[in-house]
Amino acid sequence: MRQASAHDPEKLQTFRTGIMRQASAHDPEKLQTFRTGIMRQTNGTIMSVNHAQRVDLEVVADLIPAQSRVLDVGSGDGLLLELLQATKQVDGRGMELSQRGVNECVARGLSVIQGDADKDLKFYPDKGFDFVVLSQTLQATRNPKLVLDELLRIGTHAIVSFPNFGHWRVRLSLFVEGRMPVTKDLPYSWYDTPNIHFCTIRDFVNLCEELGATVEKATALDANGQKIGLSMPWWFWNFFGQQAVFLLKR
Amino acid sequence: MVALRTKRTNNEADEPSSPVLRFGADKPLKLDAGTLLSPFQIAYKTYGTLNDARSNAILVCHALTGDQHVASTNPVTGKPGWWEVLIGPGKIIDTSRFFVICSNVIGGCLGSTGPASTNPATGKPYGLDLPIITIRDMVRAQLMLVDHFGIEKLFSVLGGSMGGMQVLQWASSYPERVFSALPIATGARHSSQNIAFHEVGRQAVMADPDWHGGKYFEQGKRPEKGLAVARMAAHITYLSEAALHRKFGRNLQDREALTFGFDADFQIESYLRHQGMTFVDRFDANSYLYMTRAMDYFDLAADHGGRLADAFAGTRTRFCLVSFTSDWLFPTEESRSVVHALNAAGASVSFVEIETDRGHDAFLLDEPELFAAINGFIASAARARGLSA
Repeated sequence: MRQASAHDPEKLQTFRTGIMRQASAHDPEKLQTFRTGIMRQTNGTIMSVNHAQRVDLEVVADLIPAQSRVLDVGSGDGLLLELLQATKQVDGRGMELSQRGVNECVARGLSVIQGDADKDLKFYPDKGFDFVVLSQTLQATRNPKLVLDELLRIGTHAIVSFPNFGHWRVRLSLFVEGRMPVTKDLPYSWYDTPNIHFCTIRDFVNLCEELGATVEKATALDANGQKIGLSMPWWFWNFFGQQAVFLLKR
Repeated sequence: MVALRTKRTNNEADEPSSPVLRFGADKPLKLDAGTLLSPFQIAYKTYGTLNDARSNAILVCHALTGDQHVASTNPVTGKPGWWEVLIGPGKIIDTSRFFVICSNVIGGCLGSTGPASTNPATGKPYGLDLPIITIRDMVRAQLMLVDHFGIEKLFSVLGGSMGGMQVLQWASSYPERVFSALPIATGARHSSQNIAFHEVGRQAVMADPDWHGGKYFEQGKRPEKGLAVARMAAHITYLSEAALHRKFGRNLQDREALTFGFDADFQIESYLRHQGMTFVDRFDANSYLYMTRAMDYFDLAADHGGRLADAFAGTRTRFCLVSFTSDWLFPTEESRSVVHALNAAGASVSFVEIETDRGHDAFLLDEPELFAAINGFIASAARARGLSA
């Protein structure tokens, strides 16, 4: 797998067509439970700095093979960990900023601690996990570069999902209204948003390159949570992708 | 009356009303102080039934002034067991499912060998002739009890405060014997401030003329005033400013106005005096010295070259730590540093901080969030251990 480079569109295209397809051997019943869970979670208030549909979790779960050791950073109310334990028998651990989220997770039998991605990742040993997941949290960290660096240190692989600030709705809001976007999926005003470090898909690919990370797989999801075709050109992803999921390693 | 009380507690020390396991000269207890304690005995209580696989045993470790009567009426006070809110048939720790063991720690005064026990060499109570006991000594003795039951691996070890220290010691010393560990409101070391509070308590005991250099039983006396003051001071540290204010405020005790004297004008004074007085009825003063010293000496990192993570290297034990926001004796940061060490050791760890104004003592109280965490942790550990519901 080649490393993606934002500076070379051709290379990018090659890397993306090389993205492996998800071998979706889903148990339909569990998937349904998971989807119901997503709805529940969307209605809840604890987790997710975005109230966006958490369809990215499904994509994330697909990337993780059975029996892996997984650390979910920003594990919210534990939906992903629960899914992974039920369907993949992973050895799953979580870290979550909200104490309420943590307490709910532990009460449900998940192995979760209260912690801050910006401060507490340093306590984990090198390559202690097969996968470290950071789902919809990167943009809320104080130092995304450092956090990403830590993820790559702790995990053999890192999986990162984030909202794409290059999405056309965001661009439209800025372009037409001249105002910071407030959408269904990014419902905060500029002054009260926990999302302090937005990036576009292209920005993220740049950062990966800077950190010497290899993009093993990437997926962009449109507003309906559907994967955007792999054959679509890069600018299309950055324009229509509402969120992106990256599998990285270093 | 005093004499009667003295006699009763003393009897409980040698001939407790709970089962006792006695170890003779062939099985001494190796102490950190560098000596052997022999003969010695462990008084304990069990609840529930050990299953055929001996895989459903839970060891409960008691706190500073606790005892083995965790889930049944205390023979000295006549009060319910100290953790009956949590442990019993149908409770969170369900004794119809688990085999619960709780023993009086070495150095205690309710039947395990302690300063109030008779020294076989002299025929008199040990007093200060008993070597200093450490948390690790207590755990070594508990291991001998667990061995006695033929239990290879405890399903869980849990406890709060000094009990939590024992849990951490268990997980560190005998990781292969502990499937899951639940240290609550505790830390991997006793802080300077905590040592300071304990020292105040000990000095209060030793300043009481009835203490007699620790040989008060021989004088037919007990340093009740000193021990009561020690308890009063300690009791403040188990609560929180907010809880004290909520409960007592500046309310006056059975009076309309200040008396311009040193009577217990305020409810809080009356409350503390009551706490002190009832405590001396059930606890031995020398034992209080030994227990506080054991906590002061506890420093798990120091035993591992200053690196706490090394105390848990390679552990397969599942951990769940719990702290309380208003606990200023073992603040959340103490638990968090254990969590960080466990993270560094690659351990499976959960950590819950519970919001409450009830202070350190919250772990003994009816705290729904605490119960939810323990319930979730125990249930998932039981699944992992293959224990049926």
